[in-house]
Amino acid sequence: MRNIWNIALKEIRTYFTSPIAYVVIAVFLVLVGFFFTSALMWFNSQAIQMAQNPYYAQQMNINQMVYTPLFHNMSIILLLMLPLLTMRLFSEEKKSGTDELLFTSPIGVGQIILGKYLAALIVLAAMLALTGLLSIFSFAFGNPELPQILNGYLGLFLMGAAFIAAGIFFSSLTENQIVSAILTFGALLLFWILNWAAYSASGLWRDVLNYLSIFQHFDDMTRGILDTKDVVYYASFAFFGLFLTHSVIQSRRWR
Amino acid sequence: MIEVEHLTKKYGDLVAVRDLSFKVAKGKIWGLLGPNAAGKTTTMRILTGYLPATEGTATVAGFDVFERPNEAKKVTGYLPEIVPLYPEMTVSEYLSYVAALKQVPAAKRKPALERAIQVSGLASVKNRLVKNISRGYKQRVGIAQSLIHNPDVLILDEPTIGLDPAQIIEIRELIKSLKGEHTIILSTHILAEVTQTCDGVVIINEGRLMASGSLEDLTASFREKERVILRLRRGHEDALSAIQTIPGVEKVSRHDGELAIEWSPAKDLRESLSRLVVEKGWGLLEMRTAAMNIEDLYLRVVSGGGEQ
Repeated sequence: MRNIWNIALKEIRTYFTSPIAYVVIAVFLVLVGFFFTSALMWFNSQAIQMAQNPYYAQQMNINQMVYTPLFHNMSIILLLMLPLLTMRLFSEEKKSGTDELLFTSPIGVGQIILGKYLAALIVLAAMLALTGLLSIFSFAFGNPELPQILNGYLGLFLMGAAFIAAGIFFSSLTENQIVSAILTFGALLLFWILNWAAYSASGLWRDVLNYLSIFQHFDDMTRGILDTKDVVYYASFAFFGLFLTHSVIQSRRWR
Repeated sequence: MIEVEHLTKKYGDLVAVRDLSFKVAKGKIWGLLGPNAAGKTTTMRILTGYLPATEGTATVAGFDVFERPNEAKKVTGYLPEIVPLYPEMTVSEYLSYVAALKQVPAAKRKPALERAIQVSGLASVKNRLVKNISRGYKQRVGIAQSLIHNPDVLILDEPTIGLDPAQIIEIRELIKSLKGEHTIILSTHILAEVTQTCDGVVIINEGRLMASGSLEDLTASFREKERVILRLRRGHEDALSAIQTIPGVEKVSRHDGELAIEWSPAKDLRESLSRLVVEKGWGLLEMRTAAMNIEDLYLRVVSGGGEQ
Protein backbone atom coordinates (compact mmCIF):
# COMPACT_ATOMS: atom_id res chain seq x y z
CA MET A 1 0.00 0.00 0.00
CA ARG A 2 2.84 2.35 0.90
CA ASN A 3 4.53 1.53 -2.40
CA ILE A 4 1.37 2.31 -4.34
CA TRP A 5 1.07 5.63 -2.60
CA ASN A 6 4.75 6.51 -3.19
CA ILE A 7 4.37 5.91 -6.89
CA ALA A 8 1.05 7.76 -7.04
CA LEU A 9 2.60 10.72 -5.27
CA LYS A 10 5.47 10.84 -7.72
CA GLU A 11 3.13 10.65 -10.70
CA ILE A 12 0.93 13.40 -9.35
CA ARG A 13 3.98 15.56 -8.85
CA THR A 14 5.04 14.87 -12.42
CA TYR A 15 1.58 15.85 -13.67
CA PHE A 16 1.80 19.13 -11.84
CA THR A 17 5.45 19.99 -12.46
CA SER A 18 4.91 19.61 -16.17
CA PRO A 19 2.19 21.60 -17.93
CA ILE A 20 0.10 18.49 -18.70
CA ALA A 21 -2.25 18.58 -15.72
CA TYR A 22 -2.71 22.35 -15.83
CA VAL A 23 -3.50 22.37 -19.53
CA VAL A 24 -5.85 19.39 -19.35
CA ILE A 25 -7.67 20.78 -16.32
CA ALA A 26 -7.85 24.32 -17.68
CA VAL A 27 -9.17 23.31 -21.09
CA PHE A 28 -11.63 20.95 -19.45
CA LEU A 29 -12.92 23.70 -17.17
CA VAL A 30 -13.25 26.23 -19.98
CA LEU A 31 -15.25 23.80 -22.09
CA VAL A 32 -17.44 22.65 -19.22
CA GLY A 33 -17.99 26.27 -18.22
CA PHE A 34 -19.07 27.08 -21.74
CA PHE A 35 -21.50 24.15 -21.91
CA PHE A 36 -22.88 24.93 -18.49
CA THR A 37 -23.40 28.60 -19.29
CA SER A 38 -25.12 27.95 -22.58
CA ALA A 39 -27.34 25.26 -21.07
CA LEU A 40 -28.25 27.59 -18.23
CA MET A 41 -29.01 30.49 -20.58
CA TRP A 42 -31.21 28.27 -22.68
CA PHE A 43 -32.97 27.10 -19.53
CA ASN A 44 -33.51 30.72 -18.46
CA SER A 45 -35.01 31.73 -21.76
CA GLN A 46 -37.29 28.68 -21.62
CA ALA A 47 -38.25 29.56 -18.07
CA ILE A 48 -39.27 33.10 -19.06
CA GLN A 49 -41.44 31.76 -21.87
CA MET A 50 -42.98 29.04 -19.73
CA ALA A 51 -43.70 31.41 -16.87
CA GLN A 52 -46.90 32.47 -18.64
CA ASN A 53 -48.23 28.94 -18.57
CA PRO A 54 -48.49 27.41 -15.09
CA TYR A 55 -48.77 23.87 -16.47
CA TYR A 56 -45.54 24.06 -18.45
CA ALA A 57 -43.80 25.92 -15.66
CA GLN A 58 -44.37 22.84 -13.51
CA GLN A 59 -42.49 20.80 -16.08
CA MET A 60 -39.33 22.90 -15.90
CA ASN A 61 -36.62 20.78 -14.35
CA ILE A 62 -33.10 22.10 -14.02
CA ASN A 63 -31.68 18.63 -13.48
CA GLN A 64 -33.09 17.31 -16.70
CA MET A 65 -32.68 20.42 -18.77
CA VAL A 66 -29.25 21.58 -17.62
CA TYR A 67 -27.43 18.80 -15.82
CA THR A 68 -28.30 15.78 -17.95
CA PRO A 69 -27.02 17.40 -21.18
CA LEU A 70 -24.09 18.87 -19.28
CA PHE A 71 -23.02 15.45 -18.05
CA HIS A 72 -23.24 14.11 -21.55
CA ASN A 73 -21.05 16.90 -22.83
CA MET A 74 -18.60 16.37 -20.00
CA SER A 75 -18.37 12.69 -20.78
CA ILE A 76 -17.43 13.48 -24.39
CA ILE A 77 -14.74 15.91 -23.22
CA LEU A 78 -13.38 13.25 -20.90
CA LEU A 79 -13.31 10.81 -23.78
CA LEU A 80 -11.13 13.27 -25.67
CA MET A 81 -8.91 14.36 -22.80
CA LEU A 82 -8.27 11.40 -20.54
CA PRO A 83 -6.16 9.61 -23.17
CA LEU A 84 -3.86 12.63 -23.04
CA LEU A 85 -3.56 12.21 -19.31
CA THR A 86 -2.79 8.49 -19.43
CA MET A 87 -0.63 8.32 -22.54
CA ARG A 88 2.62 9.02 -20.74
CA LEU A 89 2.17 6.70 -17.77
CA PHE A 90 4.11 3.72 -19.14
CA SER A 91 5.19 4.94 -22.59
CA GLU A 92 7.39 7.65 -21.12
CA GLU A 93 9.05 5.29 -18.66
CA LYS A 94 9.89 2.89 -21.43
CA LYS A 95 11.15 5.58 -23.77
CA SER A 96 13.41 7.20 -21.20
CA GLY A 97 14.66 3.90 -19.77
CA THR A 98 13.29 4.60 -16.31
CA ASP A 99 11.29 1.38 -16.50
CA GLU A 100 14.57 -0.36 -15.67
CA LEU A 101 14.60 1.48 -12.37
CA LEU A 102 10.96 0.63 -11.64
CA PHE A 103 11.14 -3.03 -12.52
CA THR A 104 14.44 -3.65 -10.73
CA SER A 105 13.02 -2.18 -7.52
CA PRO A 106 11.65 -4.55 -4.89
CA ILE A 107 8.05 -3.71 -5.77
CA GLY A 108 5.41 -5.79 -7.50
CA VAL A 109 4.30 -4.89 -11.00
CA GLY A 110 0.74 -4.73 -9.69
CA GLN A 111 1.71 -2.05 -7.19
CA ILE A 112 3.37 0.01 -9.90
CA ILE A 113 0.27 -0.17 -12.08
CA LEU A 114 -2.07 0.68 -9.20
CA GLY A 115 0.12 3.62 -8.16
CA LYS A 116 -0.06 5.11 -11.60
CA TYR A 117 -3.77 4.39 -11.83
CA LEU A 118 -4.38 6.08 -8.52
CA ALA A 119 -2.49 9.19 -9.63
CA ALA A 120 -4.60 9.55 -12.76
CA LEU A 121 -7.78 8.97 -10.73
CA ILE A 122 -6.80 11.77 -8.38
CA VAL A 123 -6.27 14.16 -11.28
CA LEU A 124 -9.66 13.09 -12.68
CA ALA A 125 -11.28 13.70 -9.29
CA ALA A 126 -9.70 17.16 -9.18
CA MET A 127 -11.02 17.95 -12.66
CA LEU A 128 -14.54 16.93 -11.70
CA ALA A 129 -14.46 18.59 -8.28
CA LEU A 130 -13.45 21.91 -9.79
CA THR A 131 -16.49 21.87 -12.09
CA GLY A 132 -18.58 21.59 -8.93
CA LEU A 133 -17.97 25.31 -8.44
CA LEU A 134 -20.32 25.97 -11.34
CA SER A 135 -23.17 24.50 -9.36
CA ILE A 136 -22.91 27.36 -6.86
CA PHE A 137 -24.86 29.39 -9.41
CA SER A 138 -27.57 26.86 -9.97
CA PHE A 139 -28.04 26.40 -6.24
CA ALA A 140 -27.98 30.16 -5.58
CA PHE A 141 -30.65 30.94 -8.15
CA GLY A 142 -32.57 27.69 -8.46
CA ASN A 143 -33.32 24.50 -6.63
CA PRO A 144 -31.74 21.53 -8.38
CA GLU A 145 -31.72 18.14 -6.68
CA LEU A 146 -28.33 17.42 -5.17
CA PRO A 147 -28.48 13.59 -5.11
CA GLN A 148 -29.21 13.52 -8.81
CA ILE A 149 -26.22 15.77 -9.52
CA LEU A 150 -23.94 13.69 -7.30
CA ASN A 151 -25.13 10.59 -9.08
CA GLY A 152 -24.15 12.16 -12.39
CA TYR A 153 -20.72 13.01 -11.02
CA LEU A 154 -20.34 9.48 -9.72
CA GLY A 155 -21.17 8.27 -13.23
CA LEU A 156 -18.54 10.57 -14.72
CA PHE A 157 -15.95 9.41 -12.22
CA LEU A 158 -16.67 5.72 -12.80
CA MET A 159 -16.61 6.20 -16.54
CA GLY A 160 -13.39 8.19 -16.28
CA ALA A 161 -11.89 5.44 -14.12
CA ALA A 162 -12.68 2.94 -16.85
CA PHE A 163 -11.19 5.26 -19.50
CA ILE A 164 -8.00 5.64 -17.47
CA ALA A 165 -7.61 1.88 -17.11
CA ALA A 166 -7.91 1.53 -20.88
CA GLY A 167 -5.40 4.36 -21.30
CA ILE A 168 -2.87 2.70 -19.01
CA PHE A 169 -3.24 -0.51 -20.98
CA PHE A 170 -2.47 1.19 -24.29
CA SER A 171 0.35 3.12 -22.67
CA SER A 172 1.96 -0.16 -21.66
CA LEU A 173 1.84 -1.38 -25.25
CA THR A 174 3.98 1.29 -26.87
CA GLU A 175 6.78 3.66 -26.04
CA ASN A 176 5.23 6.29 -28.28
CA GLN A 177 2.88 8.53 -26.33
CA ILE A 178 0.94 9.71 -29.37
CA VAL A 179 0.30 6.18 -30.53
CA SER A 180 -0.85 5.35 -27.02
CA ALA A 181 -3.29 8.30 -26.96
CA ILE A 182 -4.70 7.52 -30.41
CA LEU A 183 -5.22 3.84 -29.61
CA THR A 184 -6.94 4.73 -26.35
CA PHE A 185 -9.19 7.26 -27.99
CA GLY A 186 -10.08 4.89 -30.83
CA ALA A 187 -10.86 1.99 -28.52
CA LEU A 188 -12.96 4.11 -26.18
CA LEU A 189 -14.92 5.68 -29.02
CA LEU A 190 -15.60 2.23 -30.40
CA PHE A 191 -16.93 1.07 -27.04
CA TRP A 192 -18.92 4.25 -26.79
CA ILE A 193 -20.80 3.76 -30.04
CA LEU A 194 -21.18 0.02 -29.73
CA ASN A 195 -24.87 0.46 -29.04
CA TRP A 196 -25.34 1.91 -32.53
CA ALA A 197 -24.67 -1.56 -33.84
CA ALA A 198 -27.27 -2.86 -31.41
CA TYR A 199 -30.05 -1.08 -33.34
CA SER A 200 -29.65 -3.41 -36.28
CA ALA A 201 -28.82 -6.49 -34.24
CA SER A 202 -31.34 -8.75 -32.59
CA GLY A 203 -31.68 -11.19 -29.72
CA LEU A 204 -28.67 -11.95 -27.62
CA TRP A 205 -26.33 -9.90 -29.79
CA ARG A 206 -28.41 -6.86 -29.21
CA ASP A 207 -28.25 -7.33 -25.44
CA VAL A 208 -24.53 -7.99 -25.50
CA LEU A 209 -23.75 -4.93 -27.61
CA ASN A 210 -25.98 -2.76 -25.49
CA TYR A 211 -24.37 -4.05 -22.33
CA LEU A 212 -20.86 -3.42 -23.62
CA SER A 213 -21.56 0.12 -24.74
CA ILE A 214 -20.05 2.72 -22.46
CA PHE A 215 -22.74 5.23 -23.35
CA GLN A 216 -25.65 3.00 -22.44
CA HIS A 217 -24.49 2.68 -18.86
CA PHE A 218 -23.72 6.33 -18.50
CA ASP A 219 -27.08 7.51 -19.75
CA ASP A 220 -28.93 6.06 -16.76
CA MET A 221 -26.57 7.67 -14.31
CA THR A 222 -27.07 11.17 -15.70
CA ARG A 223 -30.78 10.75 -15.07
CA GLY A 224 -30.25 10.02 -11.43
CA ILE A 225 -30.56 6.25 -11.64
CA LEU A 226 -27.96 4.33 -9.68
CA ASP A 227 -27.95 0.73 -10.84
CA THR A 228 -25.41 -1.77 -9.55
CA LYS A 229 -25.32 -3.19 -13.08
CA ASP A 230 -23.73 0.05 -14.31
CA VAL A 231 -21.29 0.25 -11.41
CA VAL A 232 -20.28 -3.35 -11.98
CA TYR A 233 -19.82 -2.62 -15.69
CA TYR A 234 -17.38 0.24 -15.09
CA ALA A 235 -15.56 -1.59 -12.32
CA SER A 236 -15.07 -4.66 -14.46
CA PHE A 237 -14.01 -2.50 -17.42
CA ALA A 238 -11.36 -0.89 -15.22
CA PHE A 239 -10.29 -4.18 -13.71
CA PHE A 240 -9.96 -5.76 -17.13
CA GLY A 241 -7.85 -2.85 -18.38
CA LEU A 242 -5.49 -3.07 -15.42
CA PHE A 243 -5.32 -6.84 -15.65
CA LEU A 244 -4.34 -6.64 -19.32
CA THR A 245 -1.69 -4.05 -18.45
CA HIS A 246 -0.25 -6.43 -15.90
CA SER A 247 -0.18 -9.23 -18.45
CA VAL A 248 1.46 -7.03 -21.09
CA ILE A 249 4.21 -5.92 -18.74
CA GLN A 250 4.87 -9.42 -17.44
CA SER A 251 4.87 -10.98 -20.90
CA ARG A 252 7.13 -8.29 -22.31
CA ARG A 253 9.71 -9.14 -19.71
CA TRP A 254 9.34 -12.85 -20.18
CA ARG A 255 9.60 -12.82 -23.94
CA MET B 1 28.46 -12.95 -3.54
CA ILE B 2 27.33 -13.16 -7.14
CA GLU B 3 26.96 -16.53 -8.76
CA VAL B 4 25.83 -17.21 -12.28
CA GLU B 5 25.36 -20.80 -13.36
CA HIS B 6 24.64 -22.04 -16.85
CA LEU B 7 22.73 -18.91 -17.68
CA THR B 8 21.05 -18.84 -21.07
CA LYS B 9 18.83 -16.14 -22.48
CA LYS B 10 17.05 -16.40 -25.80
CA TYR B 11 15.09 -13.67 -27.52
CA GLY B 12 13.05 -15.81 -29.86
CA ASP B 13 15.68 -17.49 -32.04
CA LEU B 14 18.42 -15.12 -31.05
CA VAL B 15 20.62 -16.44 -28.26
CA ALA B 16 21.93 -13.47 -26.32
CA VAL B 17 23.62 -15.39 -23.52
CA ARG B 18 24.72 -18.99 -23.84
CA ASP B 19 25.51 -21.22 -20.88
CA LEU B 20 27.33 -18.51 -18.95
CA SER B 21 28.81 -19.29 -15.53
CA PHE B 22 30.98 -17.16 -13.27
CA LYS B 23 31.41 -16.14 -9.64
CA VAL B 24 32.38 -12.90 -8.01
CA ALA B 25 33.74 -12.91 -4.47
CA LYS B 26 32.57 -10.49 -1.83
CA GLY B 27 34.12 -7.04 -1.89
CA LYS B 28 35.70 -7.34 -5.32
CA ILE B 29 35.24 -5.39 -8.52
CA TRP B 30 34.82 -7.49 -11.60
CA GLY B 31 34.65 -6.30 -15.15
CA LEU B 32 32.29 -7.78 -17.66
CA LEU B 33 34.11 -7.31 -20.90
CA GLY B 34 33.08 -7.95 -24.44
CA PRO B 35 32.39 -6.33 -27.78
CA ASN B 36 29.05 -4.68 -28.45
CA ALA B 37 26.15 -7.12 -28.53
CA ALA B 38 28.18 -9.70 -26.59
CA GLY B 39 25.43 -10.12 -24.01
CA LYS B 40 26.79 -7.87 -21.27
CA THR B 41 23.63 -5.84 -20.80
CA THR B 42 21.43 -8.92 -21.00
CA THR B 43 23.49 -10.63 -18.29
CA MET B 44 23.19 -7.57 -16.06
CA ARG B 45 19.47 -7.27 -16.69
CA ILE B 46 19.04 -10.87 -15.62
CA LEU B 47 21.10 -10.33 -12.47
CA THR B 48 18.97 -7.33 -11.52
CA GLY B 49 15.70 -9.12 -12.15
CA TYR B 50 14.69 -6.91 -15.07
CA LEU B 51 14.70 -9.87 -17.43
CA PRO B 52 14.13 -13.52 -16.61
CA ALA B 53 16.60 -16.07 -17.91
CA THR B 54 15.56 -18.80 -20.30
CA GLU B 55 17.68 -21.33 -18.43
CA GLY B 56 20.15 -21.43 -15.58
CA THR B 57 20.30 -19.66 -12.26
CA ALA B 58 21.67 -16.42 -10.91
CA THR B 59 22.20 -15.76 -7.24
CA VAL B 60 22.88 -12.42 -5.62
CA ALA B 61 23.94 -12.35 -1.97
CA GLY B 62 22.48 -15.81 -1.54
CA PHE B 63 19.08 -14.94 -3.05
CA ASP B 64 18.06 -16.57 -6.29
CA VAL B 65 16.95 -13.72 -8.53
CA PHE B 66 14.10 -15.75 -10.00
CA GLU B 67 12.77 -17.37 -6.89
CA ARG B 68 13.21 -14.56 -4.39
CA PRO B 69 13.27 -11.49 -6.64
CA ASN B 70 12.29 -8.97 -3.98
CA GLU B 71 14.99 -10.01 -1.52
CA ALA B 72 17.57 -10.03 -4.30
CA LYS B 73 16.46 -6.63 -5.57
CA LYS B 74 16.69 -5.16 -2.07
CA VAL B 75 20.41 -5.93 -1.88
CA THR B 76 21.24 -4.97 -5.45
CA GLY B 77 21.97 -1.52 -6.81
CA TYR B 78 21.76 -1.12 -10.55
CA LEU B 79 22.95 1.53 -12.94
CA PRO B 80 21.50 0.72 -16.35
CA GLU B 81 23.25 1.73 -19.54
CA ILE B 82 20.75 4.56 -20.00
CA VAL B 83 20.67 6.31 -16.63
CA PRO B 84 17.04 6.14 -15.49
CA LEU B 85 16.40 9.79 -14.64
CA TYR B 86 13.25 11.87 -14.32
CA PRO B 87 14.27 15.22 -15.82
CA GLU B 88 11.54 17.22 -14.11
CA MET B 89 12.66 16.32 -10.57
CA THR B 90 15.49 17.85 -8.58
CA VAL B 91 18.43 15.62 -7.71
CA SER B 92 17.28 15.32 -4.07
CA GLU B 93 13.66 14.63 -5.00
CA TYR B 94 14.77 12.00 -7.45
CA LEU B 95 17.04 10.27 -4.96
CA SER B 96 14.44 10.24 -2.22
CA TYR B 97 11.91 8.78 -4.66
CA VAL B 98 14.40 6.03 -5.52
CA ALA B 99 14.98 5.46 -1.81
CA ALA B 100 11.25 4.95 -1.36
CA LEU B 101 11.14 2.57 -4.32
CA LYS B 102 14.02 0.60 -2.85
CA GLN B 103 12.13 0.23 0.43
CA VAL B 104 14.40 2.38 2.55
CA PRO B 105 12.23 3.05 5.64
CA ALA B 106 10.96 6.64 5.80
CA ALA B 107 12.97 7.40 8.92
CA LYS B 108 16.23 6.33 7.30
CA ARG B 109 15.64 8.04 3.98
CA LYS B 110 17.21 11.34 4.91
CA PRO B 111 20.53 9.93 6.13
CA ALA B 112 20.59 7.56 3.14
CA LEU B 113 20.05 10.52 0.84
CA GLU B 114 22.78 12.55 2.50
CA ARG B 115 25.22 9.68 2.33
CA ALA B 116 24.54 9.02 -1.36
CA ILE B 117 24.91 12.72 -2.18
CA GLN B 118 28.14 12.96 -0.25
CA VAL B 119 29.69 9.77 -1.66
CA SER B 120 28.82 10.70 -5.24
CA GLY B 121 29.89 14.32 -4.88
CA LEU B 122 26.51 15.79 -5.71
CA ALA B 123 26.24 18.36 -2.93
CA SER B 124 26.57 21.31 -5.31
CA VAL B 125 23.73 20.23 -7.58
CA LYS B 126 21.32 18.56 -5.18
CA ASN B 127 18.65 21.22 -5.55
CA ARG B 128 18.87 21.54 -9.30
CA LEU B 129 16.55 19.90 -11.78
CA VAL B 130 17.99 16.75 -13.23
CA LYS B 131 17.43 18.03 -16.76
CA ASN B 132 19.67 21.03 -16.12
CA ILE B 133 22.79 19.25 -14.87
CA SER B 134 25.71 18.12 -17.02
CA ARG B 135 26.29 14.66 -18.43
CA GLY B 136 28.94 13.91 -15.81
CA TYR B 137 26.63 14.84 -12.97
CA LYS B 138 23.82 12.81 -14.48
CA GLN B 139 26.11 9.80 -14.41
CA ARG B 140 26.90 10.55 -10.79
CA VAL B 141 23.22 10.77 -10.00
CA GLY B 142 22.91 7.37 -11.64
CA ILE B 143 25.57 5.98 -9.34
CA ALA B 144 24.05 7.71 -6.30
CA GLN B 145 20.71 6.15 -7.24
CA SER B 146 22.27 2.70 -7.29
CA LEU B 147 23.85 3.27 -3.86
CA ILE B 148 20.94 4.83 -2.06
CA HIS B 149 19.78 1.68 -0.24
CA ASN B 150 23.37 0.72 0.62
CA PRO B 151 23.21 -2.52 -1.37
CA ASP B 152 25.71 -5.34 -0.98
CA VAL B 153 25.96 -5.73 -4.73
CA LEU B 154 26.37 -3.02 -7.35
CA ILE B 155 25.78 -3.69 -11.00
CA LEU B 156 27.00 -0.91 -13.24
CA ASP B 157 26.38 -1.06 -16.96
CA GLU B 158 29.00 1.04 -18.76
CA PRO B 159 29.36 3.56 -15.94
CA THR B 160 31.79 5.84 -17.80
CA ILE B 161 30.16 5.91 -21.21
CA GLY B 162 29.83 9.34 -22.80
CA LEU B 163 31.99 11.15 -20.27
CA ASP B 164 35.05 13.30 -20.90
CA PRO B 165 38.45 11.97 -19.77
CA ALA B 166 38.50 13.95 -16.53
CA GLN B 167 35.03 12.74 -15.63
CA ILE B 168 35.97 9.17 -16.52
CA ILE B 169 38.81 9.33 -14.02
CA GLU B 170 36.52 10.79 -11.35
CA ILE B 171 33.92 8.08 -11.84
CA ARG B 172 36.58 5.37 -11.77
CA GLU B 173 37.95 6.74 -8.51
CA LEU B 174 34.43 6.82 -7.15
CA ILE B 175 33.86 3.20 -8.12
CA LYS B 176 37.17 2.14 -6.63
CA SER B 177 36.29 3.88 -3.38
CA LEU B 178 33.16 1.73 -3.17
CA LYS B 179 35.12 -1.48 -3.31
CA GLY B 180 35.28 -3.60 -0.19
CA GLU B 181 31.96 -2.52 1.21
CA HIS B 182 30.19 -3.41 -2.01
CA THR B 183 30.70 -6.20 -4.49
CA ILE B 184 30.71 -4.65 -7.92
CA ILE B 185 30.24 -5.87 -11.45
CA LEU B 186 30.79 -3.31 -14.16
CA SER B 187 30.51 -3.79 -17.86
CA THR B 188 32.63 -1.96 -20.33
CA HIS B 189 34.32 -2.21 -23.65
CA ILE B 190 37.03 0.19 -22.59
CA LEU B 191 39.93 -2.08 -21.79
CA ALA B 192 41.90 0.40 -19.75
CA GLU B 193 38.97 0.63 -17.39
CA VAL B 194 39.34 -3.01 -16.48
CA THR B 195 43.05 -2.80 -15.71
CA GLN B 196 42.54 0.34 -13.68
CA THR B 197 39.55 -0.58 -11.61
CA CYS B 198 38.89 -4.29 -11.65
CA ASP B 199 40.23 -7.23 -9.68
CA GLY B 200 39.02 -9.76 -12.14
CA VAL B 201 37.35 -10.02 -15.46
CA VAL B 202 34.76 -12.05 -17.30
CA ILE B 203 35.22 -11.85 -21.04
CA ILE B 204 32.21 -12.79 -23.12
CA ASN B 205 31.63 -12.80 -26.83
CA GLU B 206 28.43 -13.63 -28.64
CA GLY B 207 26.90 -14.63 -25.34
CA ARG B 208 29.59 -17.19 -24.56
CA LEU B 209 32.12 -17.13 -21.77
CA MET B 210 35.57 -16.74 -23.32
CA ALA B 211 37.68 -16.35 -20.19
CA SER B 212 37.29 -15.42 -16.57
CA GLY B 213 39.56 -15.01 -13.61
CA SER B 214 41.74 -12.48 -11.87
CA LEU B 215 43.74 -10.19 -14.13
CA GLU B 216 47.14 -11.60 -13.08
CA ASP B 217 46.10 -15.19 -13.65
CA LEU B 218 44.61 -14.44 -17.00
CA THR B 219 47.50 -12.43 -18.36
CA ALA B 220 49.99 -14.97 -17.05
CA SER B 221 48.20 -17.84 -18.68
CA PHE B 222 48.06 -16.06 -21.99
CA ARG B 223 51.57 -14.63 -21.94
CA GLU B 224 53.89 -16.25 -24.41
CA LYS B 225 56.50 -13.60 -25.15
CA GLU B 226 58.13 -10.78 -23.26
CA ARG B 227 58.10 -7.68 -25.43
CA VAL B 228 60.04 -4.44 -25.15
CA ILE B 229 59.59 -1.41 -27.35
CA LEU B 230 62.58 0.87 -28.02
CA ARG B 231 62.52 4.34 -29.47
CA LEU B 232 65.92 5.63 -30.62
CA ARG B 233 67.20 8.95 -31.91
CA ARG B 234 69.42 7.36 -34.59
CA GLY B 235 71.04 4.17 -35.79
CA HIS B 236 67.95 2.08 -36.34
CA GLU B 237 69.58 -0.08 -39.02
CA ASP B 238 72.61 -0.87 -36.88
CA ALA B 239 70.47 -1.52 -33.86
CA LEU B 240 68.26 -3.94 -35.74
CA SER B 241 71.15 -6.26 -36.45
CA ALA B 242 73.12 -5.58 -33.24
CA ILE B 243 70.24 -6.37 -30.91
CA GLN B 244 69.65 -9.61 -32.71
CA THR B 245 73.05 -10.76 -31.42
CA ILE B 246 72.08 -10.44 -27.75
CA PRO B 247 71.71 -14.03 -26.53
CA GLY B 248 68.07 -14.93 -25.95
CA VAL B 249 66.49 -12.40 -28.27
CA GLU B 250 64.07 -14.15 -30.53
CA LYS B 251 62.77 -11.46 -32.79
CA VAL B 252 63.47 -7.82 -33.55
CA SER B 253 61.13 -5.91 -35.78
CA ARG B 254 60.73 -2.31 -36.74
CA HIS B 255 57.58 -0.28 -37.17
CA ASP B 256 56.92 3.43 -37.19
CA GLY B 257 60.37 4.35 -35.92
CA GLU B 258 60.15 1.93 -33.02
CA LEU B 259 61.87 -1.35 -32.48
CA ALA B 260 60.02 -4.24 -30.95
CA ILE B 261 62.14 -6.89 -29.29
CA GLU B 262 60.73 -10.23 -28.17
CA TRP B 263 62.10 -13.00 -26.04
CA SER B 264 60.64 -15.81 -24.03
CA PRO B 265 59.35 -14.83 -20.57
CA ALA B 266 61.77 -17.03 -18.66
CA LYS B 267 64.58 -14.46 -18.97
CA ASP B 268 64.82 -10.74 -18.43
CA LEU B 269 66.99 -9.15 -21.12
CA ARG B 270 66.15 -5.55 -20.36
CA GLU B 271 69.43 -4.83 -18.62
CA SER B 272 71.69 -6.09 -21.39
CA LEU B 273 69.50 -4.40 -23.92
CA SER B 274 69.75 -0.99 -22.31
CA ARG B 275 73.51 -1.35 -21.80
CA LEU B 276 73.96 -2.10 -25.49
CA VAL B 277 71.93 0.92 -26.56
CA VAL B 278 73.84 3.28 -24.29
CA GLU B 279 77.24 1.92 -25.28
CA LYS B 280 76.46 2.35 -28.95
CA GLY B 281 75.23 5.89 -28.41
CA TRP B 282 72.01 5.47 -30.37
CA GLY B 283 70.25 8.07 -28.31
CA LEU B 284 67.69 6.24 -26.23
CA LEU B 285 64.43 8.17 -26.20
CA GLU B 286 62.12 5.59 -24.76
CA MET B 287 62.08 2.04 -23.57
CA ARG B 288 58.94 0.37 -22.40
CA THR B 289 57.72 -3.12 -21.81
CA ALA B 290 54.76 -4.12 -23.86
CA ALA B 291 53.90 -6.97 -21.59
CA MET B 292 50.86 -8.99 -22.41
CA ASN B 293 48.21 -6.49 -21.50
CA ILE B 294 44.49 -6.63 -21.27
CA GLU B 295 44.22 -5.42 -24.82
CA ASP B 296 46.18 -8.33 -26.25
CA LEU B 297 44.40 -10.68 -23.95
CA TYR B 298 41.04 -9.40 -25.03
CA LEU B 299 41.82 -9.46 -28.72
CA ARG B 300 43.28 -12.93 -28.47
CA VAL B 301 40.34 -14.26 -26.49
CA VAL B 302 37.68 -12.62 -28.60
CA SER B 303 39.20 -13.38 -31.99
CA GLY B 304 40.14 -16.90 -30.83
CA GLY B 305 36.49 -17.45 -30.07
CA GLY B 306 35.56 -16.31 -33.52
CA GLU B 307 37.79 -18.88 -35.13
CA GLN B 308 36.49 -21.85 -33.21
